[in-house]
Amino acid sequence: MSELKKIPTRNGFGDEIVAVGKDHPEVVVLDIDIGKSCKTQDFRKELPDQYINVGIAEQNGAAVAAGLATCGKVPFVVTYAAFGSMRICEMIRQEICYTNLNVKIACSHGGFTPANDGASHQAIEDMGILRTIPNISIMMPADYNQARKLVRAAAETYGPMYLRFTRDAMEQVYGPDVEFEIGKAYQIQDGKDVAIIANGDTVSLAIKAAKELEAKGISARVLDMHTIKPLDVDAVKACVEEIGKVITVEDHNIINGLGSAVCEVAAEMGKGIVKRIGIQDQFGESAPYERLLAKNGITVENIVATAEALQ
Amino acid sequence: MNDISMKDLKNKATEMRMKVVDMIYKAQSGHPGGSLSAAEFVTACYFKYMNVDPENPKWEDRDRMVLSKGHVCPIQYACLGTLGFFPEEVLDTLRKEGSPLQGHPSMIKCPGIDISTGSLGQGMACAAGMALGGKMNKKDYKVFCVLGDGESQEGIIWEGANTANKYKLDNFIVFVDDNGLQLDGPCDEIMPNGDLGEKFKAFGWDVCYINGNDMEEVCKALDWCYSDEAQNGNPKAIIGKTVKGKGVSFMENQVGWHGVAPNDEQYAQAMEELKAQLI
Repeated sequence: MSELKKIPTRNGFGDEIVAVGKDHPEVVVLDIDIGKSCKTQDFRKELPDQYINVGIAEQNGAAVAAGLATCGKVPFVVTYAAFGSMRICEMIRQEICYTNLNVKIACSHGGFTPANDGASHQAIEDMGILRTIPNISIMMPADYNQARKLVRAAAETYGPMYLRFTRDAMEQVYGPDVEFEIGKAYQIQDGKDVAIIANGDTVSLAIKAAKELEAKGISARVLDMHTIKPLDVDAVKACVEEIGKVITVEDHNIINGLGSAVCEVAAEMGKGIVKRIGIQDQFGESAPYERLLAKNGITVENIVATAEALQ
Repeated sequence: MNDISMKDLKNKATEMRMKVVDMIYKAQSGHPGGSLSAAEFVTACYFKYMNVDPENPKWEDRDRMVLSKGHVCPIQYACLGTLGFFPEEVLDTLRKEGSPLQGHPSMIKCPGIDISTGSLGQGMACAAGMALGGKMNKKDYKVFCVLGDGESQEGIIWEGANTANKYKLDNFIVFVDDNGLQLDGPCDEIMPNGDLGEKFKAFGWDVCYINGNDMEEVCKALDWCYSDEAQNGNPKAIIGKTVKGKGVSFMENQVGWHGVAPNDEQYAQAMEELKAQLI
């Protein structure tokens, strides 16, 4: 994976949404001014009749999208994750989820990936906040190719959805032909000593950690939990039943994100041990992306050390 | 557009008011004040202007009605029940467990509700989205939206107004139910709106001021929205000066009747007063 060029997953969204829009004329991109940054400029140019820009008015954008969805459109509301989850949280709840309308919130700048922008633009709470709202599905692809697959799946599957992409470039994990299903974990490799469950930009860290663990004689199952809601409960249960030691890794606050979702399953089973690696309930700052992750222990080294300590 | 005489339309509004009072009395919960002030506009839309099919509430060519001030849904339920979107006896189930008639309108539970509202301001932007959808889909339908004057304090109202202007949504007709009162008191005291019509004009809208409780003025304003000269790309705002609680003497202009139900005596008096208004 490391020999390939790194690409931000927002580019996967930007490239696939054009293809999706051509295949499905009901698909509409609704920008909130920051389309260039969210990679919708090609869609704007190629499919102007399916393109809306409401200016810097996120709340209005979400509600207009709900109105469009009642007319058979499939709007993708495009903004940054901090705004697309929190600024418009109540519109998502009231007009998109309560109504169960076919609106997709597609957000760049997930987690620490807008590293230089500082804490205002680093969405570390988004998936956790939205996870508590009924009817919504929540996804974060690991790389460019998975982003493309999940964007198409989102457009072709009915229901409110939140998709979180990265601003910064991510290593490529998957080839262009790998298929993914919303709500189904993707098993990258099997193992028997520890299960590492990651999503989004931390999947590549999990894969590297598994390689290092293998060299130390520890066999790791690696799951890409690209959809944290609906969670693939069966896949989590299988990790707890068959392995019993689980590590979660996420570029999100450890409160209410992937780690919490996995813990909820394990706790109700009454067995297994789960260690959560993620943002330590603290805001970020303007700094290199890798430094922000490191300050929170979101590193290959910490995954390896945590796995070793579990043995 | 339906052929209905002015006399019949005025009586319809009174009948709808009676149903509003009856529903809220039976529920012992609800918002009579704003439901009564908006009665002429909502009644005129449903019984004269709107092209809807009770047998096919999701008909894609239908005109839409969005109560952005969702708490006044009893007036909409009264119209929908009378038109046959659901059996009229369902009106007796307002706010009761299992009822399609939720305290605030729900599109997934009640036929004829075009979008769920209740959180103020959002309906305006949703309605703009519907009007935009109509333009994109090359449909002729209109979208009617009822705003409260108090509700106009929400920022999203003006974000939606911007969108309607940019996308030339002349199929979008907003009625501002300007009854001057909000939950905590007079709007001028809580947060003065200034001249709402001038605000809409500044956003590029066509604006008219009417007595919103005068059926003839309501129809004149709506007739204009259908005129050739009104198909000019500008969204329409009808600023309707209204009386909160209109038609029931002891509820009129009383902040206290924003969200409470009448007791037995008040109910009897209200129904008697309204009945006397039939012509």
